[in-house]
Amino acid sequence: MNGTGNGVRAPYHAVSEWLGTQPLDGLKQKLLEAETMFRRTGITFAVYGSEEAAERLIPFDIIPRIISAEEWRRLTAGIEQRVRALNAFMYDIYHRQEILKAGKVPEELVIANSAFVPEMMGVEPPLGIYSHIIGIDIVRTSENDFFVLEDNTRTPSGVSYMLENRETMMHMFPDLFAKNRVAPVEDYPENLLKTLESVAPRGLDREPTIALLTPGQYNSAYFEHSFLADQMGVELVEGHDLTVIDGSLQMKTTQGPRQIDVLYRRIDDDFLDPLVFRADSVLGVPGLFDLYRSGRVTIVNAPGGGIADDKAIYSYIPEIIKFYTGRAPILQNVPTYNCRRPDDLKYVLEHLSELVVKEVHGSGGYGMLVGPTASGAEIEAFRRKLEANASNYIAQPTLALSTCPTLVEAGVAPRHLDLRPFVLFGDEVRLTAGGLTRVALRAGSLVVNSSQGGGTKDTWVLQD
Amino acid sequence: MLGRTANDLYWLARYVERAENMARLTEVGYRIVLLPRDGDGTHEEWRSTLASAGCAQGYFAKHEQLTTRDVINYLLFDFSNPSSVKSCLAAARRNGRAQRTSLTRDMWESLNSAWMEFSNINPSSVTAGELPRILDWVRSRSALYRGALLNTILRNDTFYFSQLGTFLERADNTARILDVKYYVLLPQIEMVGGGVDNVQWGAILRSVSAHRSYRWVYKQNYRPWKIAEYLILNQAMPRSLRSCYDEINISLTDIAELYGAKPACHETASSTRRLLARGNIDNIFQSGLHEFIEDFIVRNNRLGNEVAEAYHFTG
Repeated sequence: MNGTGNGVRAPYHAVSEWLGTQPLDGLKQKLLEAETMFRRTGITFAVYGSEEAAERLIPFDIIPRIISAEEWRRLTAGIEQRVRALNAFMYDIYHRQEILKAGKVPEELVIANSAFVPEMMGVEPPLGIYSHIIGIDIVRTSENDFFVLEDNTRTPSGVSYMLENRETMMHMFPDLFAKNRVAPVEDYPENLLKTLESVAPRGLDREPTIALLTPGQYNSAYFEHSFLADQMGVELVEGHDLTVIDGSLQMKTTQGPRQIDVLYRRIDDDFLDPLVFRADSVLGVPGLFDLYRSGRVTIVNAPGGGIADDKAIYSYIPEIIKFYTGRAPILQNVPTYNCRRPDDLKYVLEHLSELVVKEVHGSGGYGMLVGPTASGAEIEAFRRKLEANASNYIAQPTLALSTCPTLVEAGVAPRHLDLRPFVLFGDEVRLTAGGLTRVALRAGSLVVNSSQGGGTKDTWVLQD
Repeated sequence: MLGRTANDLYWLARYVERAENMARLTEVGYRIVLLPRDGDGTHEEWRSTLASAGCAQGYFAKHEQLTTRDVINYLLFDFSNPSSVKSCLAAARRNGRAQRTSLTRDMWESLNSAWMEFSNINPSSVTAGELPRILDWVRSRSALYRGALLNTILRNDTFYFSQLGTFLERADNTARILDVKYYVLLPQIEMVGGGVDNVQWGAILRSVSAHRSYRWVYKQNYRPWKIAEYLILNQAMPRSLRSCYDEINISLTDIAELYGAKPACHETASSTRRLLARGNIDNIFQSGLHEFIEDFIVRNNRLGNEVAEAYHFTG
């Protein structure tokens, strides 16, 4: 709200006034109500390796994060540019590899990358699209500066929280919505369905049948999987519900086998098909990849898309955007040191206490060092890890992340946050106005991941 | 619909029904234990309660003696007992969670909150005085779930498979109660019957919430043959075997209409229904009440297996 230190920015005026009239006790009461709603509807976050008792809520904050129409237009243009470029990159990588030949991205960084799937070479996905569903993590550092922190091109999650957060807010604060023109988000499931339908295998002479593949109810994002399948009206399937018969993918129904044309998978590449990837996997379907290669079924997102969101590739994204679109990136990257480069490594080792260091393949806030808040011992431990395996790490300066008023024990206080808008790419680019705002609940903390105790907020994009 | 979904919905309904039945049986057992009686047979009634619940073997594997606290603990809270109320509610919720897409919000919320509230009860803090309240609560949660289902679910296969689960389980439960208590319904015992038998008969009826309606229907005091007739053959009594099979046949007919096919399980169900519709309680007693009920339980199980096979419950 006042990330620049100059007071309340314009989009927040109405909410700020409202906030000023709310007694703290009343706000806390509303927060309890919201938690009860989430708990009752079962919007929980399953903790790995535990039974139902250990499900927990992602903390929710009742003060919305607000983005003006003008800001959103700029973000939209930048996101669309990025999504098109990332997909063009993937197509190129799995075909002619011109960007490698041109020397814009180091070849070994792609070919030797564990996220690169050689089996995808020469495969022609419908419309040439690999990542249909992308979440782009964005932070704001000042009034006009947005940085992309990370692109999630594999199986981004969190969209159900975007939708449920809005539902909860509208239920609890109808007056606030009457006073502010907030763009709706509830068209997401319909847009997702349209996107999935638009990439059905070519030559299908009927409505495509779509299913959502989940690892099952003990997966941390299971709530989201069932929520999306429900909202789209498609079957939620597990690997053992599927089988390959006579060159088609079939699900086992009460009336016998039924063909699936588009599979929105929420399991990782490694588990898709034990015949091609991990042989010990039971989550996927034997023979699925062969069907996909021959165009008999569409897998969304396509296998191998992880190459575009690999943290080692990230620092080349501005180059990638220029290469494929011929234009400068609209959204900036955070300056990134690639520790595989000797010069970068030297700098990083000398400035560990100022930097955020991340594992290239890590996720969810694990395996990272936040220099400015780390103890001397933590920094030394990380230094040894870096020296042992430098190419496994990247480092970025800590940004002056924007803050938003957030309800904490002591009252309303500023907390750092980021934003993950969700973009869909099929026959057209469909971007829902909003996204998932994650907020660090501890004062001063920059870590917003839910697995690290971060919370979420409703995200408002105001309309003109 | 996925075969796995049908399976989960069917078992979800069975578990909710079973949780309710456990509460009913526990209540009956508890009432009888509270009654004044001669001699020292205070806790022997628990033996037949455990047997009705199909839990006797499991109980005695864990406990040497019959004590009220141990039995109640085993029937309500013991996770190692797959039919305890707690196990049933956990299994129902697990199935419901796996099939969130098929359940309405109302159904899911009632299931989820039932599990959460029950799992918050600390068994060792449950005093005798609180027990009736907890048993009422279990029954009311089962009723709430069932009400949510009836009020909100789509009338398609999600509903039909849920109904099948409910009524197959209910038929099994009613048959089990009769099977364990058949000795108090035998004519010879009636001859020597005294106050205790009356209490036992009342308990049988009470366990299916039928002790009042019996009088409305039969206009006379408890008579063992009439009680057996009421629970086996009476079409109007919603927990009777006949009534359950009417519902089972309705659901199967609806499925056949929806799917345009009639697998073998349909004939199994309608032949059992015919048997009940034509049944005569005098004949049943003459050829053996126990044998009749045993045969029914076997038929009912077979129908469950045939339904599972016909509709690809396991894929």
